[in-house]
Amino acid sequence: MTMLGDRQRLAYIASQAADARLNVELETEGMTLNIGPQHPATHGTLRIICRLDGEQVVWAEPSAGYMHRGYEKLTEVRTFPQVTSLVNRIDWLGSFANEVPFILAAEKLMDIEAPPRAQHIRTILFELSRIANVSLFLGDLGVQLGAITPVFMAFRDREYVLNLIESATGGRFHPNFDRIGGLKDDLPKGWIEETRSVMRKLRTFCDEIDDLLFGNEIFQSRTRGIGVIPKDVALQYGLSGPNLRASGVDYDLRRDQKIAMAWDKVDFKVWTHSDGDSFARCWVRLQETREATLIVEKLLDTLPAGPVMAKVPRIIKVPEGEAWVSTENPLGEMGYYVVSKGDLGPFRVKIRSASFNNISIVPWLLRGVYVPDVITILASLYFILGDIDR
Amino acid sequence: MMLAVQFPYWAQSLLRVLGGLVAVLLPAGTIVYLFLFKMMSFMQSRLGPMEAGPYGSMQLFAEVGKWLQKEDIMPEKADHSIFKIAPLIVLASTFLLVAVVPFGPDALFTNFETGVFYALAVSSVSVLGILIAGWSSANKYSLLGGLRAAGQLIAYELPMVLAVVGVVIQAGTMNLQQIVVAQNAGEIFGWSGLGNPYILTQFIGFAVFMIAVQAELTQAPFDMPVAESELVSGYMTEYSGFRFLIFFIAEFATAGVFAMIASVLFLGGWGIPFSWFGWNNIDQIDNWMNIVGPLIMFTKMMGLVFLIMWIRFSYPRFREDQLQRFAWKVLIPVSLGNIMLTAVLKVVF
Repeated sequence: MTMLGDRQRLAYIASQAADARLNVELETEGMTLNIGPQHPATHGTLRIICRLDGEQVVWAEPSAGYMHRGYEKLTEVRTFPQVTSLVNRIDWLGSFANEVPFILAAEKLMDIEAPPRAQHIRTILFELSRIANVSLFLGDLGVQLGAITPVFMAFRDREYVLNLIESATGGRFHPNFDRIGGLKDDLPKGWIEETRSVMRKLRTFCDEIDDLLFGNEIFQSRTRGIGVIPKDVALQYGLSGPNLRASGVDYDLRRDQKIAMAWDKVDFKVWTHSDGDSFARCWVRLQETREATLIVEKLLDTLPAGPVMAKVPRIIKVPEGEAWVSTENPLGEMGYYVVSKGDLGPFRVKIRSASFNNISIVPWLLRGVYVPDVITILASLYFILGDIDR
Repeated sequence: MMLAVQFPYWAQSLLRVLGGLVAVLLPAGTIVYLFLFKMMSFMQSRLGPMEAGPYGSMQLFAEVGKWLQKEDIMPEKADHSIFKIAPLIVLASTFLLVAVVPFGPDALFTNFETGVFYALAVSSVSVLGILIAGWSSANKYSLLGGLRAAGQLIAYELPMVLAVVGVVIQAGTMNLQQIVVAQNAGEIFGWSGLGNPYILTQFIGFAVFMIAVQAELTQAPFDMPVAESELVSGYMTEYSGFRFLIFFIAEFATAGVFAMIASVLFLGGWGIPFSWFGWNNIDQIDNWMNIVGPLIMFTKMMGLVFLIMWIRFSYPRFREDQLQRFAWKVLIPVSLGNIMLTAVLKVVF
């Protein structure tokens, strides 16, 4: 703090008072603007009710639930292996990553562990779905801010990743590949070399986006200092994933928890940013995509031989008990609380999805910003509607 | 100089009307196909339309057919008569604008003494259309878009006018035809090999003018008023069918006409330097320039529109306050400095 003289302090108070008076005099009748449920910026059916004063948002409230599909309830009438095809559809851009925590929870209850090769391939596919998810975010970011070209580059290069996922699992968007005790199949022939070349392409894509968007002065002026989330607020609202790391909290479940996945076999950097603004959130995601390509390459180097399926009974009955497993999904921390009564299906499943918590900060964050910045902030928070409404 | 054929007055009027339609619609169609459909696609690693006609060249006609078939929808609470008029006002300003553009020694609609003044004045008529389109739609997004557009177009009108003043000082006339002549018969420090296209001597003016044109056309990075990912196309949100078609044509026709005016002011218009053909003034020019001139003009216009579209497809958009600040704090001081510099140099040389 600079030291101020009495006269300076009085002048400051007077100017503040004058401002306040002016604001009261110029106060106009507010307008309520419905952003959504059908609006390009919400990429789905999220509705955000904004009360505006001019172009300034004075109050905002997200209204979710337009796409509620009741997955938590539906799991109760499915058997354990069937649930993966449901939870695939939660975060539909990184589907494989949704299956993993549920399968891990079921495995935890049954007290079995997938063989090392299966764990490796799971982790590789997990990171591939992260790349597929976040690369689309990087392109979509451009569209939200008015640059239409990056999104096509994102679609072009995401296609390579989707092809990889398809050739390994048989499904482009909804692989449904994870089984309790391992995986459905081993990797196809030639997949590893193909993956290496695709990872190189994806790194080139990241460089292109870095040049085209992140190095652009207009982009920087639109995102820097917009929608700043301080560290403590981010923690209070339960943010997770890149949104949390962009606020300077060094927390990544891939590194920070002991879990039956192969992340502890490789060395990777957890990217954080100290600013907490929209630019930081986008930048962290860009770096994570790059890091994910490196993780995949390192995992391919150390891929162990062996079976991809543990010994499991033909009819899967999960013993009575409760288990909570969460992983670091593309959008943030995603976890399943599975309660089993010893039946074929779960008794109750509670899904903690990242986007639902991430958008809970919207009312706090949108207060006082301008309408164009609403779009920037929503784009940089990055939610998937399926992940909010489930 | 006399024309080889003399037309009666009615034939002249008819030619002018047809010429106006061609001068507005032909560039608009070409721009849409070449730049919006094809160039954008190639920049985005895709092919663009390929089915309608060879390489999708008939795509625009297919689109027009689609728009004309659509139901005429109007919001219930909209101010109907004004809602209908708005796109026509926007398109009318384009036609008014083309009226002073010279395409050749005799190929022009009017030889207006204060053509520059008229063009700049008429170009702001479209603001009115956009504002009433935004207001009469009875839609909050349209209202925001319309108000933003009004603010932006008025803000960028000023640097545009100031940028042109430099050209007017240098040419010593406001007649667009005379400005073309002054450039093609001109010389730079005694060297007349290239004439004196004002893009060389008025480069600051040219840069400011093109930025202002970009903003006047509400193309990215100045497309905050239409911002399709945010305001869902702003003042055009409620328009569909043939009313949207009129807005659509007006957008690209205006891009073409502004590029024409820019090429008249800065690139030497319909002429290539007179000295190449041994001409000294406009009376010596051969009649075939009335045919070749429009083609030269068209080429230069396409080059400028390419520039506009290139920027449009690669930049994200400014926020409203940022672009206002850019207009008032950067462009206007720069163009005022340019005027001063030009005036001083005009007196010195």
